[in-house]
Amino acid sequence: MVARAGRLMEFVGLVVTWFLDPAHWSGTNGVPWRVGEHLVMSGLAVLIGVAIAMPAGLAIGHTGRGEQIATAVAGLGRAVPSYALLILFVPLFGLGFSSALPALILLAIPPVLVNTVAGIRGVDADTVEAGRGMGMTEREVLVDVELPAALPAIALGLRTSAVQVVATATLVALVAGGGLGRYIVDGFALRQDDRLFAGALLVGVLAVGTDRVFSWAQQRFERRAGRPTRDALCPPVLGGSAPA
Amino acid sequence: MIRWDVIQGNLPLIGTKLLEHLALTLVAVVGGLVISGIAVVLIRDRPRIVALVTGFFSIVYTIPSLALLAFLVPLTHLTFVTAEIALVGYTLFILTRNLLAGLASVPRDALEAADGMGYGRARRLWQVELPLALPLIMAGIRIATVTTIGLVMVTALIGFGGLGQVMLRGYNFRNDTLVLVGFVLTVALGLIADLGLGWLGRAITPWSRARAG
Repeated sequence: MVARAGRLMEFVGLVVTWFLDPAHWSGTNGVPWRVGEHLVMSGLAVLIGVAIAMPAGLAIGHTGRGEQIATAVAGLGRAVPSYALLILFVPLFGLGFSSALPALILLAIPPVLVNTVAGIRGVDADTVEAGRGMGMTEREVLVDVELPAALPAIALGLRTSAVQVVATATLVALVAGGGLGRYIVDGFALRQDDRLFAGALLVGVLAVGTDRVFSWAQQRFERRAGRPTRDALCPPVLGGSAPA
Repeated sequence: MIRWDVIQGNLPLIGTKLLEHLALTLVAVVGGLVISGIAVVLIRDRPRIVALVTGFFSIVYTIPSLALLAFLVPLTHLTFVTAEIALVGYTLFILTRNLLAGLASVPRDALEAADGMGYGRARRLWQVELPLALPLIMAGIRIATVTTIGLVMVTALIGFGGLGQVMLRGYNFRNDTLVLVGFVLTVALGLIADLGLGWLGRAITPWSRARAG
């Protein structure tokens, strides 16, 4: 028992030493650079994913046409593992970032799409009709009536999407890409437990931090709307967003 | 792009890895169900502990799989136990959430009727609450299974991974056919589990069909 505790303390010491080493904080394999890579990669994928999924979700939600497509995308999003998608893309797009970006974009789409559709469909039908009765164009109904009411749902979709992409961006290191997964994959390969553990710690903090930040934003929208939102992709009945 | 001779030559490998994939998934889902079942029965009447436990499970759920494996390897090394701790860990959030939602969905009348008929706590849970909670519990098992099938792949990094190992081998040896075989089989497995468990859920709860539509 004492020996075990001693080894544990020794290991904690190793990890702390890793973080204190200035060499681990500079250059293209330093923590700031790797965090930057991770965030740029994730941010770009989420931005492009939202640019595709949100207009599509708004159109489907407003017209009511193509809802089966949204459901099918959600189902596929669950069944296709991110790791499999990433490796599948390597023969097609090449190593690293060029495979990572399309894979991460595809991952970002389902939560935003499904929750946007659900958010728009969930807007009170009488309110929408009242808007039309006041002589609003379809465009005005969508932008001025439906969109504001659907914002909490869309924010929830964005949160799920962002957390999933940040988590999956870790796997990009497996296909010779950058980001924080680099420390974990290299730590495994070189059998350096301190690097491995430090990388895991950084990734864990980043993923949970992303969730907290987007959850805070989502709750602000909810408070303004005056009601909590249920995840269309992730209600208890369907359960949805997968960890990566 | 697909070379059939490669598939033929690797049939034993593909078969073994497919079985490994199924075994890893099955152990994880059954293990997760046992742990979350016991946890839910023990804590369901204490809302603050429920919030604490589900909060903890949701944080575990948010941690990327690669990081969770990395946390475990220094402790439990490159073993089956490491792979399963991670896989079970991810099922706990889904399963406890759906177990709690299922039990919460049981109508008060049914509980009062059972109490009035003199059912004890255990008998009420087993004969009244569990059957009525079954649609949501089955939905949880379905989601947990499909999710686990995907996550199993990542355990290829510590020497397991089932079909993930087939894809990894294809990646390492620039063998596109193996990559494609691993991908197609995993997605097929996920879809079959999704549809199959969905069907099973409806089949064993015929009374819920009218409600769920």
